[in-house]
Amino acid sequence: MAKPKLAVWKFSSCDGCQLSLLDCEDELLDIAGQIDIAHFLEATSEIKNGPYDISLVEGSITTPHDVERIRKVRENSKVLITIGACATAGGIQSLRNFADVKEFTNIVYAHPEYISTLEKSDAIADHVKVDFELRGCPVSKHQLLELITATLAGRKPYVPNASQCMECKRAGTVCVMVAKGTPCLGPVTQAGCGNLCPSHGRGCYGCFGPKENPNPPALSAHLSELGMASREVRDFYRSFNAGAPEFAKESTSHE
Amino acid sequence: MSERILQVDALARVEGEGALYVRLKGDEIEKVEFRIFEPPRFFEAFLQGRDAHETPDITSRICGICPIAYIMGASQAVEQALGVSVTPEIHELRRLIYCGEWIQSHVLHAAMLHAPDFLNLHDAIKIAEVNPELVKTALRLKKIGNSLMEVVGGRAVHPVNTRVGGFYSAPDKAKVKALLPELEWGIAAARDVAVAFSKFDFPDDEYDYTFVSLKHPETYAIAEGRLVSNRGLDIGVPEFNDHFFEEHVARSNALHGHMKDGSAYLVGPLARYANNYAQLTDAVKETAALCGLGEVVRNPFKSILVRMIEVQYALEEAARIVRVYEPPKQPFIDTPPRAGEGHGCTEAPRGICYHTYKLDAEGLVTHAQIVPPTSQNQPQIEADLTRVVAANMDMADADLQWRCEQTIRNYDPCISCATHFLKLTVERV
Repeated sequence: MAKPKLAVWKFSSCDGCQLSLLDCEDELLDIAGQIDIAHFLEATSEIKNGPYDISLVEGSITTPHDVERIRKVRENSKVLITIGACATAGGIQSLRNFADVKEFTNIVYAHPEYISTLEKSDAIADHVKVDFELRGCPVSKHQLLELITATLAGRKPYVPNASQCMECKRAGTVCVMVAKGTPCLGPVTQAGCGNLCPSHGRGCYGCFGPKENPNPPALSAHLSELGMASREVRDFYRSFNAGAPEFAKESTSHE
Repeated sequence: MSERILQVDALARVEGEGALYVRLKGDEIEKVEFRIFEPPRFFEAFLQGRDAHETPDITSRICGICPIAYIMGASQAVEQALGVSVTPEIHELRRLIYCGEWIQSHVLHAAMLHAPDFLNLHDAIKIAEVNPELVKTALRLKKIGNSLMEVVGGRAVHPVNTRVGGFYSAPDKAKVKALLPELEWGIAAARDVAVAFSKFDFPDDEYDYTFVSLKHPETYAIAEGRLVSNRGLDIGVPEFNDHFFEEHVARSNALHGHMKDGSAYLVGPLARYANNYAQLTDAVKETAALCGLGEVVRNPFKSILVRMIEVQYALEEAARIVRVYEPPKQPFIDTPPRAGEGHGCTEAPRGICYHTYKLDAEGLVTHAQIVPPTSQNQPQIEADLTRVVAANMDMADADLQWRCEQTIRNYDPCISCATHFLKLTVERV
């Protein structure tokens, strides 16, 4: 039986999520034994034509050309999986979505006419059907491996959508917000990073985006009680997942 | 006269989206372009109004391969603007995590992205089919770099434990010490890989580059120093904009960096090696000699060897720091807001990466400028392409194209990095 064909695609991004695949140092050669890496520009100059069994898509849609390209990727892919905050929520570059565009363009630039860009940075799912979204800025390589394994086996990947608080409780990490009054997005952020920030004495800053059914207004009220100004609360939601609807709505309510 | 066009619409084995275009008429080169079409992400525009303490985390997202370069450059610049300086202990920890970034980034490029060029193979997986031990060794080396970043920074891509003023928490002593056996294995392994790569058949090419790098009086510069060149430049980091300028050209979503006299210059491993060779350790110099390298390397195709030599150096440095590591009692210093201006510059794996910020009294960013290494190298990459094409006119198109791609990959160009300082124009569709 032919090996399933994997393609990796890049849109507007930092390359960190596709790098996470190459960062699977212990598993990479085994993965390559199980699947045919048919299109992965960052790693290989060999390019095989589609259709592809699995497409991993990194990055957000920010140019007219991207809009055409992602449609072609979709047509050529049986399963399309988005990896990382750029692909699932528009990424840090979606901060332009909140800018007064006129003011932005007024920032003098030598030759603005050379640049082609869209007004907004969109998630992939705003343009084509996505079969699974893997969160994170960057994605967790453990979740990435689980996702590839599950897809190859034809089962649902085990990627919990509970909050970061659950990770803290399971890991026995003392709550930084309760114990030290450190602002933390954990209560509204999806788990999956591996309990990184609170275990380093830092509040979660939302790399994995909104959890399922979050309640940001309740958290914001608490953040205000901790002494955060409105602008600070707004910017807290407005980073790598600024374009995720739940975070976008909450940040806008603090303008 | 016959026209020849070499065109690669999407370059492989580079970070980000770039293209190559060469047009020849007979023996005359009409056009050589290394085009960057990675879409702009406007970091400098949206940093305005953000709290300066957010700049390391936000700018780290410019590049998933060299986040430390952005975290450190931004932290340094903001600390200068706020009028504070970190303790020697914090500085050593920063150097340690930076060694991790050099190791993982250099091994990724040298062994997995660049070596295939010399072996006429498409990728590292293909190398593994003929020489599995080499690829396994490279992966193990790369993992050491990532482990260092995880232990010190909490995560390999976009670390979370770093901040303006130092680190959120002191890395665990036992975990840091546990890195030592692998670091010691890695020192010998990096030397062996460098020597193995030195047997490659290198294209005959030399150029008298202007090498620009940091220089530090006591150590091989990584995270601090003055800006120097092999032609007598010697300036403090805040003077960067007095000596270098950037130009916007139609074919590229990245600005091109030039010296003020308009000439191209080179940043990265070859420049550091040439300017700071004397500060390498004896063991590293011995590896260089085993690889047949002198004190200056002017053949850009041999940058792969210099990268592996820097990997060995970074492993030795990391081992040195790990051996004497004691967790600092204060992992960070206080950084209260104030108005100010600051500059930061560090040696990213691909060369100097410059940041400057202006802050208002609340500590909010009013101006940001970031100059990554690849945009500085872009004019030199095009000059190299022109020279390589001129010297190899008799090659068949496919071979010449491969050689041109290899010429670009000599620089380990990080195209994702290079595009991020453009301002926004809007095209409505």
